[in-house]
Amino acid sequence: MPIPPRSSDAAFPVSSDLPPQVSVPDSGNGIVSRHRNGALNPLEDSSAAGNGAKAPAPSPGQASLVVHDLQHWFGSGANTRQVLDRVSLTIHRGEVVLLTGPSGCGKTTFLTLVGALRQVMAGSVQLFGQELNGAGRRERQLLRRQIGMIFQGHNLLRCLSAEQNVQMGADLLPGLGYRARRDCAREWLRAVGLGDHLGKLPHDLSGGQKQRVAIARALAAQPQLLLADEPTAALDSRTGREVVELLRRLARDQGCSVLMVTHDPRILDVADRLVEMEDGRLSEASIPSRALSGSVG
Amino acid sequence: MLLDHLWPKRRIPLAWLLLTRQPGRLLVALAGISFAGILMFLQLGFRDGLFDASVTLHKRFAADLVLVSPRTMSSIAMASFPRRRLVQVMADPDVAGTTPVHWNFLLWRNPQTRSTRSILAVGFEPGDPLFTDTGLVERTRVLSQRGRVLFDSLSRPEFGPIATWYQQGRTIETEVAGKRVRVAGLVELGPSFGADGNLLTSSETFLQLMPDLAPGSIELGLIRLNPGADPATVAARLRSHLPKDVAIYSKQGFVEFEKNYWRSSTAIGFIFTLGAGMGFVVGSVIVYQILHSDVSDHLPEYATLMAMGYPLPQLLGVVAREGLLLALLGYLPAWLAGQSLYAVIRNGTKLPVAMDNPRSLLVFGMILSMCLGSALMAMRKLGDADPAEIF
Repeated sequence: MPIPPRSSDAAFPVSSDLPPQVSVPDSGNGIVSRHRNGALNPLEDSSAAGNGAKAPAPSPGQASLVVHDLQHWFGSGANTRQVLDRVSLTIHRGEVVLLTGPSGCGKTTFLTLVGALRQVMAGSVQLFGQELNGAGRRERQLLRRQIGMIFQGHNLLRCLSAEQNVQMGADLLPGLGYRARRDCAREWLRAVGLGDHLGKLPHDLSGGQKQRVAIARALAAQPQLLLADEPTAALDSRTGREVVELLRRLARDQGCSVLMVTHDPRILDVADRLVEMEDGRLSEASIPSRALSGSVG
Repeated sequence: MLLDHLWPKRRIPLAWLLLTRQPGRLLVALAGISFAGILMFLQLGFRDGLFDASVTLHKRFAADLVLVSPRTMSSIAMASFPRRRLVQVMADPDVAGTTPVHWNFLLWRNPQTRSTRSILAVGFEPGDPLFTDTGLVERTRVLSQRGRVLFDSLSRPEFGPIATWYQQGRTIETEVAGKRVRVAGLVELGPSFGADGNLLTSSETFLQLMPDLAPGSIELGLIRLNPGADPATVAARLRSHLPKDVAIYSKQGFVEFEKNYWRSSTAIGFIFTLGAGMGFVVGSVIVYQILHSDVSDHLPEYATLMAMGYPLPQLLGVVAREGLLLALLGYLPAWLAGQSLYAVIRNGTKLPVAMDNPRSLLVFGMILSMCLGSALMAMRKLGDADPAEIF
């Protein structure tokens, strides 16, 4: 059973309506080692992680995301191609949902719509109770601040060090001073096990390390929903496993929901729920047994 | 903690890091901006230097008001007017003194090579205040002897090694306008745009050199006023009293009148302003190129920041700050190089070219607008960053 990092509990309140605390606890060192251990022993870690037993009980009032009858087309006139066909999905607070499906089935489009990156055409997407259909540019931009995004490529800023990259996430938090935000960034990097690589440029980090920096950056903005698009695509299986475990644990500590698109069969078991998309339609799927993924990973 | 309150908006200096993490590109950009700046400094320096050089003598005259003929267009074509106008001026209670001045270009024979060259001869009563430099008045006493001239030691070398010879104690006799004169001393005035060299002489000698000149006519009348008198009021009063065969300028107005001749009647202003404009264009192209490729290279990163919830104006601000930084970093070496180039020009051409504040500000303004304008153009590229494309 992974112990939630005390430091992040204190520094990053789970509930967003609590005022963000400026002080960062000084208990960093002990936590770093614990996290690094956790990250280095994915199997041990995952064995304790459970398959959904720890998920908070879903209750209707706590839904982070409610998608109802969402439809989307590309092109116009005769060339119109429907990519999403009356998709409905609800993700509760703290829930980890994995979305799989063959390429070209509309997963990424779904993610960009849910992430307020694209205008909703038809149907309803409610993020934290706010309707996205008809939301303007500015509203979507503000909503995006509550969504953490992790991309297939790490998409880190090449000219910034790991610490500064994470701070770009923390900088979105209102009312925090520069130092508090910097400490926050450092704390997150320690939490993802990169406490020794604060000043390194993305160029000098390995693929797994970069993806962990990206996770830290996404979480540093204290999002309520984390969207990840094949975060393990560029990683080898062991590193990919580590990264996903870390992602799930840290997100859950914050009470942050996760919607992860993946092709990777080895990480399906981290999900509380598994949904499959095919030809623009969603269906629930069963989570494969732990033993299977364990043997692969 | 205190710092957080003093500077709550402190952020990661993204613009600075974007520039400095690519030192090679930054150096190219700065070299380009500096080059454009140096070009502007040079061209504008030449232009202003040439204009200033046209008034090296004008600036030194001991005068509050200046009387010239209305037919006079510039110092290279001074028309004459009756000397008695200056006597009439003396009737005004605010006028403290006047100096009648003869002014013409005469042929000077180089005593070494025997070739002739046009030199500006200024004739006045020895002992009369001519220049604001009062030490000069005492030196002009020697001119009361007929046939004596004071030679401007800053004249161009084509007039002969007069200064060297004089300092060696040699007696220098040569011809001016076909008459024999002796150099009785040196003054330091400096060549102007119209005159390669100057000599001072007495009115008597001047009339001797130009026997055709009507004795009652002069080319320039210097008027000094009593302390506390307002030049503009006196000028207006004199203008109403005097006939229309004279024009009255303030000293500054006379200087501007001369400069304006060179500015409007010659191609100098146009040529050098065009040169400075070229520097501006070249610099703009370089900065735009740098900023545009910088934005293009980082487009996915800008899109990522937008996906994270950064508003577009904030990212545009990053590009604008990049432009600002480029302007500041590029201006400094341009200014320093300008300083040393001006020194080289001063030594080589004897033109009064110096780094003055208006020009420093002008060039900085041009570099700034060049960089910010280019940043503005590069920002349009930022509009292409679509956060929906990065997944």
